[in-house]
Amino acid sequence: MSSDEGLSRRHFLTVATTAVGGVGVALAAVPFLASWKPSARAQAAGAPVEVDISKLEEGGLLRVEWRGKPVWVVKRTPQMLANLESSDVDLRDPGSVDSEQPEYAQNELRSLKPEILVLVANCTHLGCVPTDRFEVAPADLGADWVGGFFCPCHGSKFDLAGRVFAGVPAPTNLSVPPYRFLSDNLILVGDDTGVAA
Amino acid sequence: MSNGNAESRGAQFLGWIDARFPLSKMFKEHMSEYYAGKNFNFWYVFGVLAIVVLVIQLITGIFLTMNYKPSAADAFASVEYIMRDVEWGWLIRYMHSTGASAFFIVVYLHMFRAMLYGSYKKPRELLWLIGMVIYVALMAEGFFGYLLPWGQMSYWGAQVIVSLFGALPYIGEPLVEWIRGDYYISDITLNRFFALHVIAVPLALVMLVVVHILALHETGSNNPDGIEIKENKDANGIPVDGVAFHPYYTVKDLVAIVIFLIVFCSVVFFAPEMGGYFLEHANFEPANSLKTPEHIAPVWYFTPFYAILRAVPDKLGGVVLMGGAIVVLFLLPWLDRCKVKSIRYRGWTYKVWLAAFTVSFVALGWLGLLPAEGVYTTLARIFTAIYFAFFIFMPFYTAREKTKPVPDRLVYEKH
Repeated sequence: MSSDEGLSRRHFLTVATTAVGGVGVALAAVPFLASWKPSARAQAAGAPVEVDISKLEEGGLLRVEWRGKPVWVVKRTPQMLANLESSDVDLRDPGSVDSEQPEYAQNELRSLKPEILVLVANCTHLGCVPTDRFEVAPADLGADWVGGFFCPCHGSKFDLAGRVFAGVPAPTNLSVPPYRFLSDNLILVGDDTGVAA
Repeated sequence: MSNGNAESRGAQFLGWIDARFPLSKMFKEHMSEYYAGKNFNFWYVFGVLAIVVLVIQLITGIFLTMNYKPSAADAFASVEYIMRDVEWGWLIRYMHSTGASAFFIVVYLHMFRAMLYGSYKKPRELLWLIGMVIYVALMAEGFFGYLLPWGQMSYWGAQVIVSLFGALPYIGEPLVEWIRGDYYISDITLNRFFALHVIAVPLALVMLVVVHILALHETGSNNPDGIEIKENKDANGIPVDGVAFHPYYTVKDLVAIVIFLIVFCSVVFFAPEMGGYFLEHANFEPANSLKTPEHIAPVWYFTPFYAILRAVPDKLGGVVLMGGAIVVLFLLPWLDRCKVKSIRYRGWTYKVWLAAFTVSFVALGWLGLLPAEGVYTTLARIFTAIYFAFFIFMPFYTAREKTKPVPDRLVYEKH
């Protein structure tokens, strides 16, 4: 064996050992990194919640908690629905193409039933909870305001279907969670088995 | 027994150690025979002060963990327990919360000193980079720590900052879920932030500080004239313009430490909340995942970057610009093309730009505390533009800078 051969052999062994060791370290890192994912308990806590809306008045808003997130149930008045239709503010995603919602809520009113709106109440910008501003033309929001949601953190605005205005930081409409009606006055948030798109 | 005998025993003991551990060698290398420019001014105390604050934070932090409970159910109450029932608990906690702000004050001044005297320039580029990593680690430490009291501002601050990662395309949402370990900021998130705040980041910080000092002692300290004192040595190989760090600068730093502690204690005892800037009012209410406070703002040391984030009416754009504001600082040694280090001998262009940058940084910090509306947003956009212009145009205005002649020796006046 010449000394050159010995060197290349040594070089090969060094590289091979380093490579195998590196793969070993990478594989050993997997359990640690994966331990940061939502645990089985966290996943189980994401169970659906029932919401009784029998006492929700027209134009009222109900806050419930689902997966630790605030969820709104709003009963829109015929006036609110009319305002939604006649309003001509610039919306970023009027057809909810880029937004998160089940297929059956990808319509203009973003709901199963026209008057009942169910939304995850976290602003799609950085997760603050917007305030419900259902009054028409308040001083701070201007004369064009026909009611909607306003995020105090960074000034994002949404209409009464949770659709985001153009020119505000939030990129998409407020998301709609999966839900279904168990009866006329009982909604199950977090589960939509059997709902036709 | 004579004194001489005791001394020789001391020397014998030291000899015994030195034969087994390089104690005297290290003391000489880093203290008694480490030579620094003899013309240091007050700008040169903030590095030592940062170490003092680090020690305060480590000691008070260790004692806080002895009574704090890192769970969503107990965290807020355990902090109140520390404040009311633990003997001297209020003092330990106020030292820790004031120390957080003090840390950023001294670090910002320390960084500004580097910009004044060109301490990031060759051969100290790596020293600056290590320092920047320390700064980022410090921001992470401050952020993780702020969630621990589990107040409203803790909660929603964490919500907003963690959501920033959601702006990244494709990996954003899964990444946010991975960081939180849950579908919202929960007990699980609090628990892991606690682990990061009390062990992972502090350990990294301490090691980085050691690396930072080793790198400093390799190149030698810069000075207000920006002249390399190592280029002019006497017959013994000692820089003619240098003085030994110990005792000359240890004594000087001691004065600075005393003045710092007077200010620090005044805040701890008389204004620990600092009018809502060090401890925000909304944080005296327990975290509520269903309700955001009317006005949320981060603690003051993050507000310049927060103002940049809000100045952009686009989620991804805002996050990219905010990250960019920190990334450009890393590039400083290569953006500045001027050979002259100290502002004393640099041209008026750099002085004007540095002044504009400093005003912008402070103004952004102030705007980040205010609601993002109307004229404030316009101002934030203007100052964001100046902040970035300082760096983007730097290669051009520094390359053709008209500098003054740099003297061969340090300028030093006897006091």
